[in-house]
Amino acid sequence: MAPMTYRDALRQALHDAMSEDDSIFIIGEEVGRYGGAYGVTKGLIDDFGEQRVIDTPISEAAIVGAAVGAAMSGMRPVAELMYVDFVGMTMDQLGNQAAKIRYMFGGQIGVPMVLRTQGGTGRSAGAQHSQSLEAYIMHTPGLRLVMPATVADAYHLLRQALTQPDPVVFIEHKALYTLKEDVDLAEEVAPWGQAAVRRRGDDVVIVTYSRQLHYTMQAAQILDESGISATVIDLRTLNPLDFDTLRVEIEKVGRVVVVSEGVMTAGVAAELSARISEECFDYLHDPVIRIAGEDIPISVSQELEAGSVPSAESIAATVGRLFE
Amino acid sequence: MKKTSDRITERSNVDTLGLYREMRRIRTFEERVGELFVRGQSAGSMLHLSIGEEAAAVGVATAMEKGDTFTTHHRGHGIFLARGAEPNLMMAEIAGKQSGYCHGKGGSMHIADMGLGHLGANAIVGGGIPAVVGAGLAARHKKNGAVSIAFFGDGAMQQGILYECMNMAALWDLPVMFVCINNQYGMGTRIDRATKGTELHLRAEAFGLQGRSVDGLDVTDVQATAQDMVDDARQGKPGFLAISCFRFYGHARKDKSPYRTEVEEAEGRQRDPVEFTRKQLLQSHETEESLSALDKYIDVEMDATIDFAVSSEAPPLTSMYKDVYAPGEPEPEPVNARIDRVLARS
Repeated sequence: MAPMTYRDALRQALHDAMSEDDSIFIIGEEVGRYGGAYGVTKGLIDDFGEQRVIDTPISEAAIVGAAVGAAMSGMRPVAELMYVDFVGMTMDQLGNQAAKIRYMFGGQIGVPMVLRTQGGTGRSAGAQHSQSLEAYIMHTPGLRLVMPATVADAYHLLRQALTQPDPVVFIEHKALYTLKEDVDLAEEVAPWGQAAVRRRGDDVVIVTYSRQLHYTMQAAQILDESGISATVIDLRTLNPLDFDTLRVEIEKVGRVVVVSEGVMTAGVAAELSARISEECFDYLHDPVIRIAGEDIPISVSQELEAGSVPSAESIAATVGRLFE
Repeated sequence: MKKTSDRITERSNVDTLGLYREMRRIRTFEERVGELFVRGQSAGSMLHLSIGEEAAAVGVATAMEKGDTFTTHHRGHGIFLARGAEPNLMMAEIAGKQSGYCHGKGGSMHIADMGLGHLGANAIVGGGIPAVVGAGLAARHKKNGAVSIAFFGDGAMQQGILYECMNMAALWDLPVMFVCINNQYGMGTRIDRATKGTELHLRAEAFGLQGRSVDGLDVTDVQATAQDMVDDARQGKPGFLAISCFRFYGHARKDKSPYRTEVEEAEGRQRDPVEFTRKQLLQSHETEESLSALDKYIDVEMDATIDFAVSSEAPPLTSMYKDVYAPGEPEPEPVNARIDRVLARS
């Protein structure tokens, strides 16, 4: 075990995958000489050259579209979108092309590309650089969706994403890049698409992903002090969605809270809540509670920004109310 | 059935009669597509015929080689045929049948065949253009000498994605070509109502691409120009070619063209590339009898496509869930299966 950051784990994953598979290349804005806006691809251009770490003009739609065409031509591109907020610029190429090509063409060919991007709050980056837009992706059949919360998952999920036959949107969290954890990259990893039970308790299940996992784990500690013990599930991948793990844990405990940084309305938490209500109805003592982002844009003000999304304190307080 | 990849036009076949034959096949095929629609047997509610654009399709397609790839717009039947498509499989796809190229899931606007290098028709104006940049990057990486060509209409000239892609292709010296089939109309909007800059190839030059334009009346002109440019693209000198022609009929089959006069249509249809080349052939060594015999042969070939399509089976309903994800991956769960599970509780 050695300490490593989330950022370094991502870079290591890219490095290791590119060393093993010559068809993998990186394409995006500032991925080469600059080293990536958040430093993930730093140094890779020195190792693999500028034809495998391709700096592009600021042309998000063409970056994603070129990755689609390359993926259809036997390559395995890793396109980088600097902020998930820019996904709107690419939505035709992602939603109409990448997601649908296998289907529209009757299964003739797939689009094995990875779109790496990052989202979320935490850096006072404002309304156009702080969003959690995973629901856009999850709402599109054909796209896989990965949101790693831990350093080990940053490495392993990216390696697994780079073996998938279908397009994967890989959303990192900008506030996690400096997260440092002890990891052993050689240790065995959970299979693709399996959620992780990060802790077990008797009173409530909290389902979450990405940075909110860390807030939820802190909230669970706070709740411990009040005698409420929580199971915490980290989804890891939102498509595929491991509902079986959720069902087993929820049926044991009978209470469930869903935590997401994305806005509440028609969001990931809404989908999870609906599905849990449908499928675990007989086991639930209380309605499924959603703790999610406010239905507002994100402000630059640190106070307003932090107030717009769940925190350890708000999660603990809300879960506590279930037991009042 | 004959392997479709054997049908790709080889360079040695590029003589005027061969070009005429391919154009006539497209014309007749499109007429049969129209017939299928009138009979209510096409799957698409939107069918876009390329009648009047045959020289553009055949001129460029015959400049390509086996292994080259391409994408097309929504009016791409002719291009695909000229690259060797099997008309029966095309018509079956247009009719939404299991025997079609995409098993009925794509239709006219999403037809594709990887064996022939067709990376897909596209129903989003400009949507298929970036794929050729990616194909160009792949060709550069693999050093396989393949050229990739994006075909689109004048409507796409007003889409931003084209400029992102032309810039990248020029910047990286990719083996790529952009071909604008300018039929004068983006749906009902004539090009002079869509842009001040109607000299389309000049835009490409601004990005450092080789930009040329050619009249789409004479297929031999189109072929010669395209051949130069495809050869250049293969050497890493990407280009843009605008081919001017006239869309003989409405945007889609239900469009009665209220936005243009009968006089304009009549004049436009004078610019008929199939008839133009037919006359050329008659003035050289062909006779009315020999060409009529060829036309009849093509009529028979294309009549059969309707029979094939109409007699083909619809795709089975269970195929609906296939190919969202790769083979071996779990298929999406049907809505009714989920409802059944919810209602089956207790």
